[in-house]
Amino acid sequence: MSEMGLRRLRRLGVLAAVPLLCTGCGERYFILNPAGPVANVEKNLIVLTFVLTGIVVIPVIALMAFIVTRYRDKPGNTAPYEPEWSESKTLEIIWWGIPILIIAILGTFTVRDTFRLVRPPVASGPPMTIQVTSLDWKWLFQYPGQNIATVNYVRIPAGRPVEFVLTSHAPMNSFWVPQLGGQEYTMPGMAMRLWLQADRPGTYFGSGANFTGRGFAHMRFNVIAMPSADFDRWTQQVKRTAPPLTTAGYKALEQQSVVGQLQYSSFPKGLFEQTIRTDGGMYMKQKMETATD
Amino acid sequence: MPASVTNFATHFFVTGEPMIYGADVAIVLVSLAILFVLTYFKKWKWLWKEWLTTVDHKKIGIMYLIAALLMMFRGGVDALLMRTQLMLPNGRFLQAQHYNEIFTTHGTLMILFMAMPFIFAMFNIVVPLQIGARDVAFPYLNAISFWLFFVAAMLLNLSFVIGGSPDAGWVSYPPLADLPFDRGPGENFYLLSLQITGIGSMATGLNFFVTIMRMRAPGMTLMRMPLFCWAVLSASVLIIVAFPALTAALALLLIDRVAGAHFFTMLAGGNPMMYVNLFWVWGHPEVYIVVLPAFGVFSEVVATFAKKRVFGYASMVASMMVITVISYLVWLHHFFTMGAGPGVNSFFALASMIIAIPTGVKVFNWLMTLFRGRIRLTPPLLWTLGFVPNFAIGGATGVMLAVAPADYQYHNSYFLIAHFHQVLIGGTVYGMIAGMYYWWPKVFGFLLGERLARHAFWWFNIGFYVCFLPQYFLGYMGMTRRIYTYPPGMGWTTWNFISTLGAYMMGIGFILIAANIVQSALHGVRDTTGDPWDGRTLEWSLPSPAPHYNFARIPTVHSRDAWWEMKEARRRGEPVQESTEPLRPIHMPKSSGRPFILSVLFFVFGFGMTFNWYVMAIIGLLGVGICLVLRSFEFDTDFYIPVHEIEETEAAYGRS
Repeated sequence: MSEMGLRRLRRLGVLAAVPLLCTGCGERYFILNPAGPVANVEKNLIVLTFVLTGIVVIPVIALMAFIVTRYRDKPGNTAPYEPEWSESKTLEIIWWGIPILIIAILGTFTVRDTFRLVRPPVASGPPMTIQVTSLDWKWLFQYPGQNIATVNYVRIPAGRPVEFVLTSHAPMNSFWVPQLGGQEYTMPGMAMRLWLQADRPGTYFGSGANFTGRGFAHMRFNVIAMPSADFDRWTQQVKRTAPPLTTAGYKALEQQSVVGQLQYSSFPKGLFEQTIRTDGGMYMKQKMETATD
Repeated sequence: MPASVTNFATHFFVTGEPMIYGADVAIVLVSLAILFVLTYFKKWKWLWKEWLTTVDHKKIGIMYLIAALLMMFRGGVDALLMRTQLMLPNGRFLQAQHYNEIFTTHGTLMILFMAMPFIFAMFNIVVPLQIGARDVAFPYLNAISFWLFFVAAMLLNLSFVIGGSPDAGWVSYPPLADLPFDRGPGENFYLLSLQITGIGSMATGLNFFVTIMRMRAPGMTLMRMPLFCWAVLSASVLIIVAFPALTAALALLLIDRVAGAHFFTMLAGGNPMMYVNLFWVWGHPEVYIVVLPAFGVFSEVVATFAKKRVFGYASMVASMMVITVISYLVWLHHFFTMGAGPGVNSFFALASMIIAIPTGVKVFNWLMTLFRGRIRLTPPLLWTLGFVPNFAIGGATGVMLAVAPADYQYHNSYFLIAHFHQVLIGGTVYGMIAGMYYWWPKVFGFLLGERLARHAFWWFNIGFYVCFLPQYFLGYMGMTRRIYTYPPGMGWTTWNFISTLGAYMMGIGFILIAANIVQSALHGVRDTTGDPWDGRTLEWSLPSPAPHYNFARIPTVHSRDAWWEMKEARRRGEPVQESTEPLRPIHMPKSSGRPFILSVLFFVFGFGMTFNWYVMAIIGLLGVGICLVLRSFEFDTDFYIPVHEIEETEAAYGRS
């Protein structure tokens, strides 16, 4: 294809992306308004796919509209009629070829980013770890570095990569904060790892994304990213003012219920690892090691 | 009443929901009405002789079609209930539990009890006629397939009023679907009804595979076969390789539930991820099982209504074969977020993208079939043209979902919901409705009126976009699936409201289709020629409806579009050799009541297992075994139609 043609195609693709991107201008289209490097990588892939698939979708619809108006079976229609014409090597090579090309381009970027996202995002600050447990029907966040815990909200320092280690002590759920990055399943007896990072302070919507029964719709939480100094001040405040999470307190959280936001000045040592073990973690040696390394 | 009886009754029957009581009353009234009509018009014998015991593929096809439309109604009502609940934030129309049951049955019914019987209806109605056969390879087994599907559908629907519906989603993942979290019989209803209908589907797959491989008319080589038959062949292969995985997954989960095994619980060394894998090893081929026959329908419809050969036949066949193979290698894209690692995710992401290529090629070939044709915008073509943009967009969003890192954002969001409805409705449902309009005159002997058909199409088609395009946006806004309510202030309200309006429009479209059928049955144009569309394939060479032996003389095929070529030859005045051959007695299978009885016994087994009433389950299973043994010792299973009877039948159609 000529240089001109390519440029025209590219322009067409960009044009096609406009309506979606316009609706995406609204703050509420979380996926299109990333606030961190992980979500940003994912958004760029989304835009790329949108443009590339547009190269096929738009001509298909336009071609159909043209053909149906041009070749109608009406008296006096002068359009050519070739009932026996049913083969064309050239045409077939074009439409086996172009999709193959598109998929090759897209596939390259997909594989590159799939591998990229399992590593911590490049950032200024040192990484920190937060352990996430999905319960029926609430989220428990434990901060092993700070020795505090929260329920149904989580605060993180902005600009630092955060390693969320995920498990479940209830049916399988999925931990999703669309503006920071994609989701990952929380599974009983297993520890999964998800890197996220917020580039700027703000409050980000999060929710459970995999159905877990009656109270599932209420499993929402906020991720509040704040400057490092504020984060430290907040942890100190929680340590001073909040009650500790006791074993009995955790037993109460395990019960099926919907609760509001809670915070705890400490949690029983090794609670997270213990939870995984009780749910059969001993059968998943490898996963356990990566969780606690 | 003694306390134990009251206690049993309140657990056995679903209580406490006014809507369910309404349904109870409706079910009882409808059942009484059916009993009354059958008795009053003395139709019991007719029902038994003509329908319950039939092994005729055309009648079985009709029964599949009716069942599919009924299930589409039930599943559609489920959909409207859900959309009504989600129309506004903090909706109070449904309780959480009720909503969970409704989306579970909606998904299960639509895939396994609407889409499957709908494609089987087309298989049965069309394949033997298109390949010039007198029935399928195993007519008796075919009847068993249908009745197993039918009793399974009844079993699942019964859960609505007895025992409670399943509520763990149509995928029914453990641990949510396992005992500690789901004690009720609802989940057992799901497992057993799917298991029973699965046996039927498996048998249908085998049946049509053998029928197509062994029973084609002389001269019809594989590469002369109509593309619909190719589609059925691909779907049958997929059924044969995919359904065993579902059977295994369901059986193991059932054993976990009733016998306390630990296949899918971490605690004793099992693993729920195995269920998820097994389910989708079946589940992804399954979506191609239901969409490939739709592709077949479109190939027939575009060629007929463009009055032109189908474009790129070899390429069409090749793309279907590529889809058949690759569809077995993409299942993991349903759970990229399980975190199997970047290598695994990359493999399945690439495979999922690659499968879009042959699908895209087919779309271009259909368009090129229309190109330089003479297009008649009849209802079947209208649904086909409605399919093209749907599948172009649905295919594109499919590729977007296949990009593994991006899927971490889309997964379980409304973006996903919009995508799979666009390909399953836009592909399978549009295809099956196109097929229904196309072959209706062949089956019933009259055409469906075009005016109402057009109204139905536009209501449904516009309603579709109004309903599902907003759901893509909701996905970008972070709305997840399977939530029964959402708070205001998220920006979700407007799109949800619009989406619900679209769902109602689709409901109107469906009612218009039903009205279309009723109106045409009363006042429709009769098809006296057997070839109302100026068709190209062998089914149109027969009178409508086709006689029960289909072909008085098996035609000899010399090329693709066999009937079109015969008509061309006739137009050129060349002699048609077949009609001069003498008639010979026709070998046909005998009707049998046993498939029906065997399936009812399967129902008894399923119902007993559901409630852990093992005596009942064992009685049912023993009955099944006895039926199988009796069949093995039955030798008088077929008969010959004498020549004079064929002559009389043919003469009644005005043919010699």
